[in-house]
This record gives sequence, C-alpha cells and structure tokens, in this order.
Amino acid sequence: MSIFLNKDSKVIVQGITGGEGTKHTALMLKAGTNVVGGVNARKAGTTVEHTDPDGNTVELPVFGTVAEAIEKTGADVSVAFVPPAFTKDAVIEAIDAEIGLLVIITEGVPVQDSAEFWAYAQGKKTRIIGPNCPGIITPGEALAGITPATISGSGPIGLVSKSGTLTYQMMFELRDYGFTTAIGIGGDPIIGTTHIDALEAFEADPDTKAIVMIGEIGGDAEEKAAAYIQAHVTKPVVGYVAGFTAPEGKTMGHAGAIVADGAGTAQGKKEALEAAGVKVGKTPSETAELMREILKGL
Amino acid sequence: MEYQAKELFAKHDVPVTLGIVANTPDEAKVAAEQLGVVVVKAQVKAGGRGKAGGVKLAKTPDEAYEHASNILGMEIKGLTVNRVLIAPAASIEEEYYFSFLLDRANRSYLCIASVEGGVEIEEVAKTNPDAVKQIPIDAGTGVDEAKARSIVAEAGFPEALVEQAVTTVLTLWKVFVEEDATLVEVNPLARLEGDILEALDGKVSLDENAEFRHEDHAAFEDKAAADPLEAKAKEKGLNYVKLDGEVGIIGNGAGLVMSTLDVVAYAGEKHGNVKPANFLDIGGGASAQVMADGLDVILNDAQVKSVFVNVFGGITSCDAVANGIVGALDILGDEASKPLVVRLDGNNVEEGRRILNEKNHPLVTLVDTMDGAADRAAELANEGA
Repeated sequence: MSIFLNKDSKVIVQGITGGEGTKHTALMLKAGTNVVGGVNARKAGTTVEHTDPDGNTVELPVFGTVAEAIEKTGADVSVAFVPPAFTKDAVIEAIDAEIGLLVIITEGVPVQDSAEFWAYAQGKKTRIIGPNCPGIITPGEALAGITPATISGSGPIGLVSKSGTLTYQMMFELRDYGFTTAIGIGGDPIIGTTHIDALEAFEADPDTKAIVMIGEIGGDAEEKAAAYIQAHVTKPVVGYVAGFTAPEGKTMGHAGAIVADGAGTAQGKKEALEAAGVKVGKTPSETAELMREILKGL
Repeated sequence: MEYQAKELFAKHDVPVTLGIVANTPDEAKVAAEQLGVVVVKAQVKAGGRGKAGGVKLAKTPDEAYEHASNILGMEIKGLTVNRVLIAPAASIEEEYYFSFLLDRANRSYLCIASVEGGVEIEEVAKTNPDAVKQIPIDAGTGVDEAKARSIVAEAGFPEALVEQAVTTVLTLWKVFVEEDATLVEVNPLARLEGDILEALDGKVSLDENAEFRHEDHAAFEDKAAADPLEAKAKEKGLNYVKLDGEVGIIGNGAGLVMSTLDVVAYAGEKHGNVKPANFLDIGGGASAQVMADGLDVILNDAQVKSVFVNVFGGITSCDAVANGIVGALDILGDEASKPLVVRLDGNNVEEGRRILNEKNHPLVTLVDTMDGAADRAAELANEGA
C-alpha cells in the first residue's frame, strides 16, 4: 500500500515537451510510472518519444488541455513542469479538469498566485502537492516528480518533508528498510498538501509502520503537525528540523524558510514535536538511527 | 525604505506626501528651504528609527542641516544611514494603524487595522488586543468596495473619515495586489488637521518570486547596504547568505544546506566553537563554473578557514559534481588556498570519489559521511584559526 500514488495511477505531464518535462518524463517512466501522455496547447496532436523500463519505444500523446488528456487516457495524476509565469493558469486548468492529484514541481511561483489557486481549489476535487517540491514516490510502483527512484526501495516507512534534498538524504540513510511513500511537500510559504495531510494518510495506510517527518524554519506547519500527532497519530513518528543556525530575517534558499520576529525557529519546532512525544534527531543520521531503533522493536 | 514605500503609495493614489530625499546635509537644507518646518527621517530598512534618534523635527533649514549631519552615517540596527527623507511636518490629531499581509498559516491574506494608536501598535496589541482588528481576506475574491466598507466599519474609523478611509483601503489593496507585495503597512495612518487622512509612514515587502513581472522592483534594492560578498554572489546568480563563522559551506538543496550548517555548528562545539561561515545552495546543476563561482565567493571571505562541500547526488550524478570540484580548483588556481572537505553520496558516488581520489589535490579531503566530514571541516577551521 501507499498514499496518494500507486502502480495504478495514470500520470500526465503538463509541460511534457520542455527541457525539464522531457528529462523527468523519461525518469518517471524508468521508475515504472504509468505515464500516459502530456499537455502543451501549442503542440497538441503530436507525440513525444520515450523508452519504457523494458527498453521499448513508446509514443506518448500530447494533448491541448488537461481535460482532453483525462478524457482520452483516464489520467488521474498530473505533474506540472511549467515556468512560474504560467503556473497559476496551469493549476487552474488542472483543477477545472478535476484531476485527482496535481504535483507542482515549479520553483519561484509568486506567492499571490499560490494563494489564489489555493483559494480556487477549495471544495474542488484536486489534491495539490507543492509548489517548489520534489513530488511523491511510491518506490517500486510510481514516481510523480523528480525524486531519484534509485535511492531506496519499498518498505515500512512513510516520509514527509519540506525539503527535496533532505528527502533524498533520509531515503538514502534508511534504504536498508525502505519506504511506502515519500512525499516532498515543498518549501514555499503557501503549499497544497501539508505535513498534517500526509500524517493523516500514513496513519490510515496499513503498510506504513512508522513515519519520518522533516521540517525546517519558517511558518508554523511543524507546530500544527505536532498538535495533530498528539491527538490523532498512533504510529511512531521520528522528526528532524533543519535551520537551528539560521539567522533571523534571512531567507535560507526556500522562499518560506525564514525566521521572522522570533517566530518559526527550529528550536521552537523541535520543542513542539518533542512535547507531542516525537523523537527528534539532531542530525539526519541521528534521526535515521532513531527510526532504526523503533523499527527493530516493531 | 520609507521613501520607496511612499513612491509605491503615490503610484497607486494612496494619500501621501512624498517629501524630498537628501543624501547630504546641504541637500537637506535646500529641501527644508522649500518645505518649511520639516521632519528629518533616517532611511533604512529597520523599525525603531525614532527611538534610535533617527527622526528629528527641524523648524529651520539650518536645523535640518544639523539633524541631517547627525543622522547621516548613523547606524540603526546594524544598518548605516546613507540618506534621509525631508518630509513636511504635519499636525497630527490622531494616529491609526493599517496593513495587508500574507497569512501563511491560513494560506490567504489578512488585514490588520487599529484606530487606537499607530506607532505604538505593538503596545496596543499587548494591553488592549481587542482594539487591534484582524480581518481575514479571501485570496480568491480580494477586496472590493463592499469589503473595504466592512473593513472600515470593523476597524471603527471615525464617521468624518469613513469615505476617505474606504478609498485609502482600496488604494492600499491595489498596492498589495498590483505590486505583488507580501506586506503593505501604513503606520501611522494619520488624521491631520481638517479631517484629512494621510499615510505618514509606510513599509512594503515585495515578493522576490514575482520580480519577473515587475522590472521596476530591482531599483528598490539597497545595494550600498548589502554585504559585499552577498552582492557578489547575487551577481553570479548564487543563493548565498553571509554568516559569522569560519567554516565555508557549499551544498545542494536548501534543506540539505541548512542541515549542513547545523551539523557543522554541532561539530564546532568540539573544535574551538567554530561556526558555519555562510549558506550557499548551488542547486541541482553543480557544474565546474557554478562550483568555481561558489568557491570564489567563499574563499574571499577572510574569516573562512576551511570549506565543507556537502553534495547529495539526486538527479545530478556525483561524477559531475567531482568534475565540477576539480574544474573549479583548476579555474581558481593559486587563489584556492584553504582546505576543502568533500562529502559525496548518492547517484554514481563511486565514480565521483574515484575522480577526486585520482586527482589527489593537496587541498581536498574526502570523507564518507556528512557528520564525519563536518567534524573534519570544523577541526581544520580550528587549526587554521
């Protein structure tokens, strides 16, 4: 089992003909993902050539709209590799077409655009992951995003993280156990799927035995997640928070990673998680070790 | 800065008096000769300018000259004052507070308004929180005239000012949306003699991600106040933040780099309390040129005694990163003079380590784990200090 994405997911790529779209469509196919086509209004009716995991050539159709792609292929997941200036329109199009899951990889989306499409998504059928995220991988089944599929196989751990490279690092540290699903939710101030959404889904997933939650400075998502864990999560959770040495008022790479007026510090997040009974590691490897001890005891 | 915020206010018809920006005491005097009784105001991106002595009333041009001489060059919260705003003195009857801002927690926007005191808003929030109204704004529908009226009513603006307040709220909303701001703050919004509502001071924070649709925003950057290394990094398109420490850091991915800083700081506790010198995320590419640019910035930091390159090969393969490091050292030649501790993991790591081992550069030490490499980099920094 897994959350949000599995071997039956039918994936389309918005921006399939662009540089990033082309590169990652190939990698998603290689990871076993059932990529069924893509969208580019200007290249509708053409196809793009790729190779499936068995080495066979596949011709993926390019559609003019997400709605048409869904109608022709039955797609239920879209991965968007669209430049920041066009992301809002691409997201609204996908929501209107009622795609089940939309993963927005794009970094640098203006935050007012994200606020607007998030408001638009309320009460509609689309789950949004991102923007500014590596996406989601269910190892051995499917990849919707850019996470390297070669790091780790399938196993009992669920992982949710704001950061892409820390997702990779943690998957690497715990590759001896493996993951049900690993989801990078993104480092922007406004994102779709939150830590809490992922925790709720992992709690409900019978194959997930324990959860790693990775946070970083900025906002109050980790504090809210801590309260949620205390009230609703029965599975063991191990945490890690990055940014203890980050100075106040400086944006650390991710648009959302900033300590402002003393709020959003790593220390505050660590304390909130520990108060909720979550073991928090000082470094990624110590965090992995905490998880290993828990898994040995299960 | 205040004068820039006021320019944006004026552009969108918010009631405001611009005043005159002066870079020297002489310019301040000339401005005061035109404006009469003025306030000389330090222009820095920091709050608490008044308390720091950076805002002074000048009744005559000579007083304006004198205040400007004192204020120019002054440091407020670590920032040097390079210019002052000469604003006509206003006779204030009441002060209010008003802002629109991004509300991360609710993934929307918020309006904060108070008619009980402007500049003392933080004090009011503590002693009389009910007087500070927090009004949620729907990011889908925004602020139209009806919403502006409900904001003005909820904030409790005096009857005589209601129409002006509605117009001001609508124009401030235009500033927020049309400039892609994350904060538009007027403090104080003042009731002047004759029931005139005017923005006397303001602050605007702009979304860097939206710069592509606001070419004019680049002009607001305060290049003179920026750290020279940060300015150099920005020129090269690098994501760099200068910190106060001895171990230079290069890594890929914002989260991993933040984590690297923390791990180095822990390791430093055992090695003379050395600390990370910077944040530098070189992103996914890590070509020789990007690596060379990054190293160049870090090695120009006189405080740096060692450098830790921490890369997890995700999409990028480690052999490309290793070639990047080797190429960067070739590009820099003798300018590369400090020890480099490198930790590579992930995609094609064996080949990456083989390339570095084969090159056997005297400055480079390869360490297998992130914790081990951080410890070695801290140790080297402590020895070099």
